[in-house]
Amino acid sequence: MSERQDVTFTVNGDKHAIRIEPRRSLADALREDCGLTGTHLGCEHGVCGACTVLVDDQPVRSCLMFAVQAEGARVRTVEGLAAGDKLHPLQQAFWDHHGLQCGFCTPGFLMLAVGILERDPDIAEPELREALSSNLCRCTGYQNILKSVLAAATEMRK
Amino acid sequence: MSLIGRSVKRLEDRPLLSGSGRFAADVTVPDMLYMRVVRSPIAFGRLSGLRIAEALAHPGTIAVWTAEDVADIPPIGFRLTPVPGLEPYRQPVLANGHVRYVGEPIAAVFAADPYMAEDIADLVAPAIEPLEPCLDPAASPREFAPGRSTEAAVITKAYGDLDTAFTGAHAVVALELIIGRHSGVPLETRGAIAVPEAATGILRLYGAAKVPHYNRQALAAMLGLPLDRVHLHEGHVGGGFGIRGELYPEDVLTCAAALRLGRPVKWIEDRYEHLVAANQSRGSVHRVRAAVDEHGFILGLDDEFWFDQGGYLRTHGVTVTDLTCAMLPGPYTIPAYRSVGHVRLTNKTPCGTYRAPGRFEASFVRERLVDVIAHRLGLDPVVVRRRNFIAKTAMPFRREFSALGTDIVYDTGDYAGLLDKFLDRVGWVTLRADVARRRQAGEMVGLGLGFFVEKSGLGPFDDVRITLGNDGTIEVITGAASIGQGVETVLAQICADGLGTGLDRIRVIHGQTDRIARGMGAFASRVTVMTGAAVTIAAAKLRGELLRVAGQLLQTAPDRLAVIANRVVVSDAPSGPSLDLGAIARGAGGDLTADATFTTDRMTYPYGVHLAQVRVQRDSCAITVERFFVGYDVGRAVNPMLVEGQIVGGAAQGIGAALLEEFVYDASGQPQSVTLADYLMPTIAEIPAIEVSLFEDAPTPLNPLGVKGAGEAGIAAAGAAIATAVDDAVGRPGAVRQLPITPNRLHALLAELPAAER
Repeated sequence: MSERQDVTFTVNGDKHAIRIEPRRSLADALREDCGLTGTHLGCEHGVCGACTVLVDDQPVRSCLMFAVQAEGARVRTVEGLAAGDKLHPLQQAFWDHHGLQCGFCTPGFLMLAVGILERDPDIAEPELREALSSNLCRCTGYQNILKSVLAAATEMRK
Repeated sequence: MSLIGRSVKRLEDRPLLSGSGRFAADVTVPDMLYMRVVRSPIAFGRLSGLRIAEALAHPGTIAVWTAEDVADIPPIGFRLTPVPGLEPYRQPVLANGHVRYVGEPIAAVFAADPYMAEDIADLVAPAIEPLEPCLDPAASPREFAPGRSTEAAVITKAYGDLDTAFTGAHAVVALELIIGRHSGVPLETRGAIAVPEAATGILRLYGAAKVPHYNRQALAAMLGLPLDRVHLHEGHVGGGFGIRGELYPEDVLTCAAALRLGRPVKWIEDRYEHLVAANQSRGSVHRVRAAVDEHGFILGLDDEFWFDQGGYLRTHGVTVTDLTCAMLPGPYTIPAYRSVGHVRLTNKTPCGTYRAPGRFEASFVRERLVDVIAHRLGLDPVVVRRRNFIAKTAMPFRREFSALGTDIVYDTGDYAGLLDKFLDRVGWVTLRADVARRRQAGEMVGLGLGFFVEKSGLGPFDDVRITLGNDGTIEVITGAASIGQGVETVLAQICADGLGTGLDRIRVIHGQTDRIARGMGAFASRVTVMTGAAVTIAAAKLRGELLRVAGQLLQTAPDRLAVIANRVVVSDAPSGPSLDLGAIARGAGGDLTADATFTTDRMTYPYGVHLAQVRVQRDSCAITVERFFVGYDVGRAVNPMLVEGQIVGGAAQGIGAALLEEFVYDASGQPQSVTLADYLMPTIAEIPAIEVSLFEDAPTPLNPLGVKGAGEAGIAAAGAAIATAVDDAVGRPGAVRQLPITPNRLHALLAELPAAER
């Protein structure tokens, strides 16, 4: 155990000031200290990508980042995607195209895809496949995830 | 318009998309303790003691448990396929006397913070005297315990005159084949949150999955509690695949600790633990031979295999071995048959079922054999399959043995018809010509087929209660479980179809033992078949009742009424008086309820075919699956989009099993595949578009909807099809003898080829 530290960052626009051990991962801080359990932990060693969130608009494995490293950062998680009842185009596309089964990897894929499409709205399919290969899904076989992201990209360009 | 057969969007998706799902780790209750399990670092040894003084001295320690603390709790029993004599091989909840695999629980620590619980667990020091581990399932049996062999059971299934078949054979084809250890590895690890309710005396276990009702009974019995003092609750489940939701030591420890410490206890598995502690599967060695006539007709099939069970026999008993024996003959007539499966204890993580248990293995062995037979006799593998198929006119077709306690009677099927339609659909002739042309140009590309018979819809029963509430909502209470496959949507479709209502009013309950007394859960591709049938019956009953009450209220004969847009109207005067569903329930005095039970002692047998096209890179021996096709007859698809989703997902797992996934152990029994960087699951980069052709030509007479299961169709023959495609690519039929086909193994195979063929 070690001395707790004060950390302040925003999550989905809300300011969070928390006091935590330096060893606490950003994922655990989001889930346990901020109460946002939409970010899931699938491996805690940076392979599966289920815990992907956006930190200052970059997709990040929140299991591999210490929460103290997020001091002053702007964090976005799956809970911040929808505007009230209106789903984000990516959420809607995953629903429309059966892009999820058990739904455990879904928040990570959504945040990864948001990061990809915000950076490159016109991304071509081969590059998109390459970028989506950062995350693991065990249920869907990926093709409906790809279909969903392509459909959302079209929608978001409108 | 009927809702059955329509690809409606899933009812369960919205919370999952918005981050408001409730998976095991998301469950938090006040005053919670966290459990951390201390695990054996040694594959096999005598556990002579545990030093726990330092752990006890830690200021955060609430308790440290060793085997002595749980001596009154019996080992975990068998849910399926028990055979006599297995009891000595059951797993204790904490190792007692010996450790039998790396990862075996040997102690449990409890603290108020999960990080601290890990710190404390690190202070527990076991004293283990290492013994020589047993790692090869096919080696001579050894002593498991005094007077107990590592051969826990031998399963034999046989019929016909095998000797005559082999004596009179035109040729005998023999193979030795190895299937690697791999498993479901769902993205969500296991978890258990046990909450003792002081006010009611009820112990509630959250994080349940797959078989909550069975586990409730087992836990109550193990902990000495009356059944009505234990309830299990399933939240969202991050993938099942056979391994999640079985009763494991950690579930029992969590519940026992909650009772004894008087506080809620939470345990969330980490990924390292998952890869050494949760059920593994598949690992087996087969020695198979077939007697054939000159046309490639299989006169007799004789298989002996050794199943690598791991350190203990878990809840599945000998299910995997039993199903392998039972499903090996598959779609072929095979007049004489014998399969002998040895269940062998080894010092590795114990095994259970993984999606398509027995069928993935059996299909690999059988379809390998058929391709080698075709090659040996200079025949087309498609022709050899046609010559051996059980004819459509021979249905129903009985095998002279049982599986999972049910007689094997293939209910319906037209195997040759499916293969013809499928080959036509995929453009087989063109595919073959393209591959031949590319091979001429120097590429190593190939095609491989695998045909399979699946089984689905295991009974013996399922109960359903449908209640129309006085607010017009319809609750469908089931004993099913949801592991992410779309249960709520499919059962709501069936219910809405039966009642004539829309989907919007229907809420499907599953996995809650305090809502329904009995339930079989979700395994063996059973939910749509079994629970779906019970919903069909209950919905018909409720509709009759609904119309009877509405008839009284509207003073109209029930047969003149119809349900349209959640209202009951007079059929020939739809714009006249009508009643909202809620008003009918209120008119009946509150709620309207219908109960139904569907029972069966038979399974349904869907069937299908996989086709893989692969490319091998000569220098690196990398294998790329370029195209993957699945043809499947599901009897009747309630929601084709979800059926395809099941098949595509299964196929991706099958590609992983064929090329990537393997639990590797070193010579001392140390597991080498303990992170997701070592145990390789396919990413999108390894998975091509899976092209699915669904057929509904052979509905089953065994249930009211005619449906067969779809959960395991995508994976069943993937190993077989990819192995054959790799053979074809390297120009050596039968070359692949081991899964997964890693680059190293393929390199070794290519080195066997004469230089000119490399």
